[in-house]
Amino acid sequence: MTLQQSRRLQSVLLGTLAWAIAILIFFPIFWMVLTSFKTELDAFASPPQFIFTPTLENYLHIEQRSGYFHFAWNSVLISFTATVLCMLIAIPAAYSMAFYETKRTKGTLLWMLSTKMLPPVGVLMPIYLLAKTFGLLDTRAALIIIYTLINLPIVVWMIYTYFKDIPKDILEAARLDGATLWQEMVRVLLPISKGGLASTLLLSLILCWNEAFWSLNLTSSSAAPLTALIASYSSPEGLFWAKLSAVSTLACAPILIFGWISQKQLVRGLSFGAVK
Amino acid sequence: MNIPVKALCIATCMTLSGISLGAQTLTIATVNNSDMIRMQKLSKTFESEHPEIKLNWVVLEENVLRQRLTTDIATQGGQFDVLTIGMYEAALWGAKGWLEPMTDLPATYAIEDVFPSVRDGLSVKGTLYALPFYAESSMTYYRTDLFKDAGLTMPERPTWEQIAGFAKQLNKPEKEQYGICLRGKAGWGENMALISTVANAYGARWFDEKWQPEFTGPEWKNALNFYVNTLKESGPPGATSNGFNENLALFNSGKCAIWVDASVAGSFVTDKTQSKVADHVGFTFAPHQVTDKGSAWLYSWALAIPTSSKAKDAAKTFSTWATSKEYAALVAEKDGIANVPPGTRNSTYTDAYLQAAPFAKVTLESLKAANPKDPTLKPVPYVGIQLVTIPEFQAIGTQVGKSFSAALVGQTSVDKALADAQTYTEREMKRAGYPK
Repeated sequence: MTLQQSRRLQSVLLGTLAWAIAILIFFPIFWMVLTSFKTELDAFASPPQFIFTPTLENYLHIEQRSGYFHFAWNSVLISFTATVLCMLIAIPAAYSMAFYETKRTKGTLLWMLSTKMLPPVGVLMPIYLLAKTFGLLDTRAALIIIYTLINLPIVVWMIYTYFKDIPKDILEAARLDGATLWQEMVRVLLPISKGGLASTLLLSLILCWNEAFWSLNLTSSSAAPLTALIASYSSPEGLFWAKLSAVSTLACAPILIFGWISQKQLVRGLSFGAVK
Repeated sequence: MNIPVKALCIATCMTLSGISLGAQTLTIATVNNSDMIRMQKLSKTFESEHPEIKLNWVVLEENVLRQRLTTDIATQGGQFDVLTIGMYEAALWGAKGWLEPMTDLPATYAIEDVFPSVRDGLSVKGTLYALPFYAESSMTYYRTDLFKDAGLTMPERPTWEQIAGFAKQLNKPEKEQYGICLRGKAGWGENMALISTVANAYGARWFDEKWQPEFTGPEWKNALNFYVNTLKESGPPGATSNGFNENLALFNSGKCAIWVDASVAGSFVTDKTQSKVADHVGFTFAPHQVTDKGSAWLYSWALAIPTSSKAKDAAKTFSTWATSKEYAALVAEKDGIANVPPGTRNSTYTDAYLQAAPFAKVTLESLKAANPKDPTLKPVPYVGIQLVTIPEFQAIGTQVGKSFSAALVGQTSVDKALADAQTYTEREMKRAGYPK
C-alpha cells in the first residue's frame, strides 16, 4: 500500500467513524420526529416501526388543545432577555478578571462555578417564597432573573477563557492611540472575540431554552415557556408518546433552526484560540 | 367626531372595562388524561353560561402536579383556584385545613347520588374536601379469544391462584404472548398500588393496630412470593419497568393474555383506534384469595379549592358544575355516553351506559364494594386500600416498592426484600413519632 493509498484509507475510515457518531447522536431526534407522525398505537409498537402511515393528528391535537404560540413567545422572550442580560453582566466581569487579574481571581472563578454544583431543588423553597413575596410567581421577570443568574458562572468562565487568549499588547496599543475604556471594549476587544462571544451567547440561549426545573415550578400559565408545554403532555393514564413527540418537535424546532443558521459562529467560537 | 358618537365610544369603553374588571379568572391545575382534557374542551359551555368567570388551565404531569400543588399550598402561594387532587391529598390536606370544605352544595348537585365510598375517601371526619370528577377501582382484563382457543373459562370472581394457573397456560413467549401483565415499576402509586391489593387479598396489612409494620409476617411472604413467581413464570421480560401505560401498550398490542389494573383502562382497551384486541377483551373482578377485602383498589381524581384562593365562590361554582349530573349529560351529548366520567355517581349507571361501556358493571360493583375504612382482613389503624393516608406513606411506599422491584428482577430474595421493607418502615415510622 502506497502512502497515498494509506492516507486515503485513513480518511475514509475517519469519515465513516464521524458519520457513525453523527448518526448515533442524531438518532434520538430523528426518532422523535418520526414518532410525532405516528398514531399512539404505532408509537408503542414492538418491534419499532420505521414504515407506517403518517398522520398529522398529533399536531392538530396540540393546536386544538394548547396555544403553542403563547408558550413559544414566552420561551423566545425569556431566553433572549436572560441571555442579553447575562452577556451584559458577564463581559465586564470577564474583562476585569482576564486583564486585571488579582490573587483572588482564580478563587472567585472557582467559587462562581461551584454554585452550579448545588442541586436546584435545594433552593426551591426559599426562591419560591421570594418570588411569592415580590409578586413574581408566574411572571416572565422571575424566570429572566433566575436564568440570568444560573447561567452567569458558565458565561463568565467562557468569556474569560476567550479574553485570556487575546494578547494584552493589542489593548495597550489601543490605549496608546488614545482609546477610552469604552472604545477599547467596543472597537477592539469585542470585534476580536466576536466568534467566542457568539458561541457563548448561543450556549446561554440553548441553556435558557431547555431549562425545565424552574419554569415548571415558578410558572403556571401566563409566563409558562415551551418546557412547561412539553411536560403537560406526559400522562399517567393513557398512551401519550406520539403527542409528546409532536410537542417536543415543535419545541425543539425554533432553537434548532436558530442553531443551524448560526453554526458557523458556533464552530468558530468553539475552536477559537485552539490554534495560535 | 360629533358629541353623540364620542359619548357612545366612552360608554362602550366604560362598559367593556367594567366587564373586564368584573370578570374573575380561575386558574385550574389538572393532569393530562382523557377525562380531564375533555373537561377542558367542554368548559367553554361553562364560560358561556358564566361570562363573569374566565378559566385558565394549567395541565401538568402527575408527579409535577403533586410537587407544584404541595409547594403552592404549603406556602399559601395562591397560584391556583381549583386543584385536581387524589384521595391521598384530599385526606391529608383537608385535615391540615389547607382546603375549603365543600359544604352548602346546591340541592341540584345531589350529593347523595355520589357513591358513599368515594365521598368517604374525600372526607375528613365527615367533612367533604373535594368533589369527585371520576373514580376508579381495579379489575381483571383478559383475552376472550385466547381463553376460548385454550378451552378456559374465566370465573366471575377469580382467585389469584386461578389467575396464575391461566397465565401459565397462556404464556407463549415464543409468540410474544405473555400470560399476565402486572405493574412492576417501583413507586407508591405504581407497583405498590397493585402489590398492596395482592397483599390485602392474602390477608396481609401494612400496619397492625399499633402502627407496627408487618412485612415479616406469613401473609406478606405469601403475597410477595406469589407476585414475584407469577411474573417470573408468566410475565413479559423487563416487567420491572412496566407501569400502567407500558402494560396498557402491551395489552393493546395483543401481548398480554391477562392484565389486572385500573378500571379506567376499560375505555382504552375497547377503543379500536388504540387497541388491536378491542373486540376480544373480557372484564371481571380483581382477584381475591383468602379474603376479598381490599382486593380491588379505590381512587378518585377530584376538584378541590385551596384556602389561599382569591376566588373561592367562582371556584366552587366551577367545581360543582364540572362534577355535576349536568356535566355528565353534556359529555353524553357531545362525546357519547361511554365517555361520561365513570365511578362517581349512581345516576351515571343507566341501562344505556351499561350497554355502551361493557366494563361498567364490574367497575360499579367494585366501587360499591370498596371500603377504604375497612380495607383488610385484620383491623388496621389507617384509611386506604392501596395506600395508607399518612404523610410518610409516599416515601415509605416508594422505598418498599424499590425493594420489591429488586426481588422481582432477582437482585435480592423475597425474604431479604421483606426484611428490608420492615427495617426501613420501622425506622421511618419511629422517626415520624408513631404510634401517635
